[in-house]
Amino acid sequence: MSTGPPPGQQVWLVILVAGLGTYLIRASFLFLFEQIGGVPPRLERALRYVPAAVLAALVVPALLAADGSLTVVGNDRLLAGALAALVAWRTESIFATIVVGMVALVALGQVGAMV
Amino acid sequence: MTESARDAFLAGVRAALPIIVGIVPFGLVAGAAAINAGLTLVDAVGLSVFVFAGASQLAAIDLFSQGAPLALVVVTVLVVNLRMMMYSASIAPDLLEEPRRWRALEAYLLVDQVYALSVTRFERQPETNKRWYYIGVVAPLWLTWQVCTVAGAVAGARVPAWLPLDFAVPLTFLALLVPAIEGRATGAAALVGGGVATLGVGLPLEAGLMIGALTGVLAGILAERTLGPDAAGADDDPGGGHA
Repeated sequence: MSTGPPPGQQVWLVILVAGLGTYLIRASFLFLFEQIGGVPPRLERALRYVPAAVLAALVVPALLAADGSLTVVGNDRLLAGALAALVAWRTESIFATIVVGMVALVALGQVGAMV
Repeated sequence: MTESARDAFLAGVRAALPIIVGIVPFGLVAGAAAINAGLTLVDAVGLSVFVFAGASQLAAIDLFSQGAPLALVVVTVLVVNLRMMMYSASIAPDLLEEPRRWRALEAYLLVDQVYALSVTRFERQPETNKRWYYIGVVAPLWLTWQVCTVAGAVAGARVPAWLPLDFAVPLTFLALLVPAIEGRATGAAALVGGGVATLGVGLPLEAGLMIGALTGVLAGILAERTLGPDAAGADDDPGGGHA
């Protein structure tokens, strides 16, 4: 079992193939729907749920299982995230959400260090 | 009536500015991690320019450092980025009018943040000049990502231990998620998407993210069938009129 990165040429082969594949993933439906003459209406309705579903799939594990396992009690990120969610709901400001969430997480860490 | 290209571009830039808080440390880490794994500065920049997707870049760097098979690195990057196919489909109705060469550029730039900001804006303000808002959001993010990759590779990513800057990225997504929940159907999509992704945290290839996202969309469709659609954009849009 080797460790360390492969030679430079192999690294670049991976970068180019992975980059091309990622591009094709991103381009997929932006071009496919053109071929079939637009977005089928039923599919378009389903796609309305993509933002909520994907964003939640990105956020919730980062709050509930930041270190790889589910933690509820004594989870500072969950508490700070809940506070930040409240701010996001009231203000719809990305900046305010980030600031409050970060400050809350740092403050909870300080409190945790004292007790 | 659509807004001018300049106004739309500037509106996009303004919307992107707070997001940079999360991009800076993430980009520094992407650069520094590549060097720590034994890659070169040019490799790090190559990843950031050609792949341009943070989480998958970190996964690739980690596998490189372990001397993993090349095919596994490629497959991992593609699986981590598979969610972008959902973005591509979801934002397509807004960008299909674009000439092909613009769509080809917009495809390259389709990352989480530009997707979430743009679909939200396009839904609420359909008169937006879509091309230039989209470019306005993503241009500062792209530049920041490249500059921070180089800075991280050259200088390292020395972030004070007490300052959890990595938390800014999920907070950005959280700030975009909350307004995306417009009622019970989108709420069900978020609840199931987030719940399933959390249960799948340990799965290989970060498969939990994709499975969570797909089941979340399904939950939204089912909730819409049983509870009815959300009253999206209650003030200006009668909702689902063209379906």
